[in-house]
Amino acid sequence: MLRLLNIEIHKLKYNRASRILTLIYFLLLTSIALIAAIKFDIGPIQFHLAEQGIFNFPYIWHFNTFMAAIFKFFLLLVIVSMMANEYSNKTLKQNLIDGLSKKEFILSKFYTVIALALISTIFVFVVSLILGYSYSDFNEFAIVTTDLEYLFAFFIKLTAFFSFGLFMGILVKRSAFAVGGILIWFFGESMLKGYLFWQFKDATETTESVNSVMQFLPLESMSNLIKEPFTRLSAVKSVAKQVGEDLSKDFSVQPLDILIVLAWTALFIYLSYALLKKRDL
Amino acid sequence: METILSIKNLDKRFGNIHAVNNLSFDIKKGNVYGILGPNGSGKSTTLGIILNVVNKTSGEFSWFDGKLSTHQALKKVGAIIERPNFYPYMTAIQNLELVCKIKEIPYNKIEEKLKTVNLFERKNSKFKTYSLGMKQRLAIASALLNDPEILILDEPTNGLDPQGIHEIRKIIKDIAAQGTTILLASHLLDEVEKVCSHVVVIREGIKLYSGSVDEMTASHGLFELKVATDSDKLMEILSIYDGISSLKNEEELIIATLNKQISASEINNYLFKNGIILSHLVKRKPSLEQQFLTLTNNKS
Repeated sequence: MLRLLNIEIHKLKYNRASRILTLIYFLLLTSIALIAAIKFDIGPIQFHLAEQGIFNFPYIWHFNTFMAAIFKFFLLLVIVSMMANEYSNKTLKQNLIDGLSKKEFILSKFYTVIALALISTIFVFVVSLILGYSYSDFNEFAIVTTDLEYLFAFFIKLTAFFSFGLFMGILVKRSAFAVGGILIWFFGESMLKGYLFWQFKDATETTESVNSVMQFLPLESMSNLIKEPFTRLSAVKSVAKQVGEDLSKDFSVQPLDILIVLAWTALFIYLSYALLKKRDL
Repeated sequence: METILSIKNLDKRFGNIHAVNNLSFDIKKGNVYGILGPNGSGKSTTLGIILNVVNKTSGEFSWFDGKLSTHQALKKVGAIIERPNFYPYMTAIQNLELVCKIKEIPYNKIEEKLKTVNLFERKNSKFKTYSLGMKQRLAIASALLNDPEILILDEPTNGLDPQGIHEIRKIIKDIAAQGTTILLASHLLDEVEKVCSHVVVIREGIKLYSGSVDEMTASHGLFELKVATDSDKLMEILSIYDGISSLKNEEELIIATLNKQISASEINNYLFKNGIILSHLVKRKPSLEQQFLTLTNNKS
């Protein structure tokens, strides 16, 4: 396993585009900390975002993993190109001739995906921990360690998303088209969602019916893992209460969602392998 | 003798095209093999199958008597297929280090092999800055990294200028002289004739011949004859001579192919007695090229 990971890292570390994208990605992850600097000071109205409770434990786990997941597209580019370039440089063929099996080839890519997801998770954990201890109102150990499942969900979410990128890279063989393919897939899911809303418009519980179908689609299930954290903020909640809106919903990570996402990950990796095995190079 | 590769009834179809048709042959240790065939005859497909990049339709092949799985066996093989494929953004050294990691061998041979192919001065240049000849030489260095049991070369001189061709051939000859088993696919017959001890001739995926080069070119030879006048009379007299299987008039020369051993003086004596005085008489062995053309044309 270490040998395969080592081979893949060797390919990545000399590639300037990959290095730059990875660097940007981690800079962006760190930039979450900059939210702390958002401060309005207009005469009598003083607003400091960090004081509004977004960096309170355990809410910070939810907020930061949600924000960090937005930046995953930078790493997606790295992953799609590391796969598609093997085709365009024909180095995949050379790797196989040199004695790498097709299974090892896929595994080396998958291990890299897991490694990148893991490093991202650890990175977000450390950044959040520092931010939390700087701004959180509660620093008791028991509170700090609640809701850590958001980090697990973040890891699963990245792994699945990158596996999707890996699969598209193998399927399409060209980086640009593979990224385009993922976008088209995304539009496809959105359109299906719109269609379902129209289809179920007379049902009593429209949103629930739509979600019961949509939760099984890959991108939708990945985004379901970590729900939007904004309406959970007590400040937002109190405003909503004043205008008579009830925002109480379940924000926790659902085991079913995790199961669906894991199933998609397994499917993407298996399909990548099956595709590679079937093809003549 | 130890068998390195054994191919049995190998078949490959691409849709309607039957690229490899029931092909069988063995590669023994220490020999230099040539796979001969016109373009599109299935040479590269066959090599692709044994190198794990093309899926066979049916049949079998086994490396080292089947003691190793294909991808494990390939770690002991050095192979170059068509064009050199490396990571363009890596230097020669970095590319070769990656090959070492894949083949699970130490880095210590890298410099030596770069010197063998005369690339040592450019070892820290990126692959994308190399000329085609340099790329091809790097591919050879890469194939030699593991001191392979067998070196497989597919059209190694394709697309190179005369100097590049000469350099690559010299490298191949040096390697062959060290006793490495080589499998060389080519459509360039003089290339094969110069370095190979054995040949496999294929056309449209079918094996036409397999055996040693000497046996293939072994025959009783042929005569080239010429007279100043009346070549029709020469043809007539030759046609009744026992031991001449065919006669051809090629421009000024008459080519008489033999089916038994006849010496030049015998034929000269015979013709002189019949009143023909030759202006030109040469006995020669057919070249591999002539044999190859005979083989590939007969079956069409």
